Amino acid sequence: MSAALLELDGVSKRFRRKISLGDRIAAKLGAKVETREVRAVENVSLSVIRGETLGLVGESGCGKSTLGRIAAGILPPTSGKASLDGRPVMSESGRHEKLTTRVQTVFQDPFASLNPRRRIGDAIAEGPLAHGLVDHAGAVAYVAEQLYRVGLDPSYASRFPHQFSGGQRQRIAIARALAMKPDLLICDEPVASLDVSIQAQVLNLFLDLRRALNLTAIFISHDLGVVRHLSDRVAIMYLGRIVEIGPSAEIYASPKHPYTQALLTSVPRLNRHREGRRAFRPIAGELPSPLSPPSGCHFHPRCTLATDRCRTEPPQLRSMGSDRHAACHLAE
Amino acid sequence: MRRDASPFIRFWREFAENRLALVALGVVILVVGAAVLAPLFTPQDPYDIGKLVLGDARRPPGHVGSGGYVHLLGTDAQGRDLWSAILYGLRISIQIGLTAGAVAFIVGGSLGAVAAFAGGRIEALIMRFIDLQLSFPAILLALVISAILGQGKWQLTAALVASQYAYFARTAHGAAVAERSKEYIEAALSTPLSSRVVIFRHILPNCMPPLIVVATVQVANAIALEATLSFLGMGLPVTHPSLGMLISNGFQYMLSGRYWISIYPGIALIVLILAINLVGDQIRDQLNPRLQR
Amino acid sequence: MTAALDVRGLKTHFFTRGGVVKAVDGVDLSIQRGRVLGLVGESGSGKSVTGLSILGLIDLPGRIVEGSVRLDGQELVGLDRDAARRVRGRKIAMIFQDPMMTLNPVLRVGTQMSMALRAHEAISSDTVRQRSLAALGTVGLPAPEQCLAAYPHQLSGGMRQRVAIAIALLHSPSVIVADEPTTALDVSIQSQILQEMQRLCDQTGVALVWITHDLAVVSSLAHDIAVMYAGRIVESGPAEDVLAEPRHPYTRGLLDSVPGEAKPGEKLAQIPGSIPALIDLPPGCAFRARCGRADRACETMPEIVDLGGNRSARCVHPLEAA
Repeated sequence: MSAALLELDGVSKRFRRKISLGDRIAAKLGAKVETREVRAVENVSLSVIRGETLGLVGESGCGKSTLGRIAAGILPPTSGKASLDGRPVMSESGRHEKLTTRVQTVFQDPFASLNPRRRIGDAIAEGPLAHGLVDHAGAVAYVAEQLYRVGLDPSYASRFPHQFSGGQRQRIAIARALAMKPDLLICDEPVASLDVSIQAQVLNLFLDLRRALNLTAIFISHDLGVVRHLSDRVAIMYLGRIVEIGPSAEIYASPKHPYTQALLTSVPRLNRHREGRRAFRPIAGELPSPLSPPSGCHFHPRCTLATDRCRTEPPQLRSMGSDRHAACHLAE
Repeated sequence: MRRDASPFIRFWREFAENRLALVALGVVILVVGAAVLAPLFTPQDPYDIGKLVLGDARRPPGHVGSGGYVHLLGTDAQGRDLWSAILYGLRISIQIGLTAGAVAFIVGGSLGAVAAFAGGRIEALIMRFIDLQLSFPAILLALVISAILGQGKWQLTAALVASQYAYFARTAHGAAVAERSKEYIEAALSTPLSSRVVIFRHILPNCMPPLIVVATVQVANAIALEATLSFLGMGLPVTHPSLGMLISNGFQYMLSGRYWISIYPGIALIVLILAINLVGDQIRDQLNPRLQR
Repeated sequence: MTAALDVRGLKTHFFTRGGVVKAVDGVDLSIQRGRVLGLVGESGSGKSVTGLSILGLIDLPGRIVEGSVRLDGQELVGLDRDAARRVRGRKIAMIFQDPMMTLNPVLRVGTQMSMALRAHEAISSDTVRQRSLAALGTVGLPAPEQCLAAYPHQLSGGMRQRVAIAIALLHSPSVIVADEPTTALDVSIQSQILQEMQRLCDQTGVALVWITHDLAVVSSLAHDIAVMYAGRIVESGPAEDVLAEPRHPYTRGLLDSVPGEAKPGEKLAQIPGSIPALIDLPPGCAFRARCGRADRACETMPEIVDLGGNRSARCVHPLEAA
């Protein structure tokens, strides 16, 4: 097995509501002040191997985007660490600055992720210029090359973001990320806001680039179909924890964790084989608030198999053979 | 809406649809132009004491003075041609207003953006200080500062900046906090780009629309404030009367029927400030996303 | 049997400064009681404007310029304000992607339901309460009593959408128009609501127009499908047939773009180009710039071709039936 490129080791992220000065005084005086805390990510360890695409799937509030931001060096973890080739992604003390340019991110909303007041050529050239990947003399040619690679006309460099459609903007965002010559590309729901026909174009571009540049990637999405199509391995998250991780084909074929099983059956599938209207088989119950996750296994209130043990003892990820892991007391 | 037109041209087309704002903009350009080119349009240099003839003092509009030319708007107590004095006074007023506005814009805008970006204690420190300052009336602050610094153009400008940068800082802070949470800032930070680049090349340019609106209002306010300070005798030296001082000097002759010494500089001041505000209103309406059609 | 909803030649145009946007440009739809029609399209296809036009909710600068919308035989286009209001909410209702389009954030759910009921019927507060509880029960809300006393912000996104659906159901309308009501919801919640909607249609006989971009949802929910592109319906027919054997090249391209059928890691069949802007559309078939089958004949707007079996397509060169 080849060496891991990215290593997340016991990473947790808690968001705390800001405690105001008034609250602090009240607390000193003995009043009960609510300190609400969201455990966005709880003790996640995983590694991404050079050359693979890891899919990160889950519903809202499961922490997939937060985990992606920790891996990308945008958010510092509350505890645990993220390292790339053994070196930390962010400085661990002080102002938490990002230490590497080798992880780059493509964001969800192409209408928000490009500065509306910068020409796209400047947006693409800015990072490489700041980090000496290209000099001013070579910048124009470099930008042209990046644009060409994502299927855009190099003459677009002098335009502003508002002159482009959503799909074109996402191509620009990909070009900007790739211009930094990253080893690891983190894609946070890059096609979620695109129309179906445009989504296919961007997914194809991603497949091409991955092959051409031998990219390692983390692909975050709520869309199980998209993740299945792109990923070598998949990690399924629920309320801050990874509940199952393993090779994509195997997980889709025979999910081990009851949540994965339920998720896969509840997704409406496009049926093109005259099977008629299908009965929906949803997961019962509401998605719990990450402010007060259930005890034990977070999924137990919605799980049909839950036992007393599930209600009290949080399950750890256990090996299910052949590189598969699931966090369920009952799975085997 | 045509997509290929540049943002500026689209902005201008929309601006031109409001007739009143267009007229106001014309007035502003006219007044500023006349003030800048004042020596070309005026028969007299009102700041050259040697050319003032006391015998021509306090003459009504239309009087033909010893210089052989008509005093269109009359003369003041020192025998200055009021038309010339108003244009030269406008020159000073606009110069001080613009300089003060620009400096306050840069200082306040940067301070607000830095505070919003830094967050935490630095933000609290800067913004609480600014809140504290905003709780005093600007005129009071300007009075105190110009009393300390003394008379003169630069002292006056400094007093105006000190009492006005806080408005820019507040506005920039509000806008920057909103920009700070947007994905393109996250993208810039994840590249990574330095804080300085993120603040001054990414956040601040996107805070421009509200800052420009504040700037138009504040330039008008600076001109008014300068006039007020001069009226109160805290402004420029008597030999270089600005509009405020002209009004102040003429004030004592109002009741003796020599209205023109105060009234005409007053009208000039009102027209300029009103026109700037009308232009500012239209810009604000256009930049306000809620009013956008 | 008259259709619950019959739309003929509907044209809704927006008269903007930049020109006329023909958001809906000649749409025909028909739906019987108890059936679900999936109105499918990408952004800018005019599917949402079609939904709003059916309800008469088009505001200036938009206007229905032509066509008819018949609800149980009654013409809705051209009704005056009061008459339209009597129909809307009682005989036809709408559910939006964002339930807060329907819900008022400062009023309790119970108050809003009672207002909705009393807008059309003079009934006692006991009856109001009973009917509100019944409606909340039918959409599968676990604790209807508590829900009545709650403010919208106290409910989760899924529960809010259920409340919006319950309000739409209050007067047992003949037709519900639902505009992407599950798009913003999580997979597991979406599936719950789809299940409820399917059951409601079967039980109450309400006709449902389900507007969406999501072909997977439609394939499980709808009896019939109408695919929209650039303001027109390009293909329609029974859902099974259209999905298994699309005849319009756009429908085919759209279906092939969905990952799932394709082998993981292989390139998806994609439609080249981008969705056209609806301003100044060139004459002829709007899809021809992206279509592999287009030729000179496509430069005039194709007529709707009856393909038999209740199917039709607006195409000069429809794909062959297998």
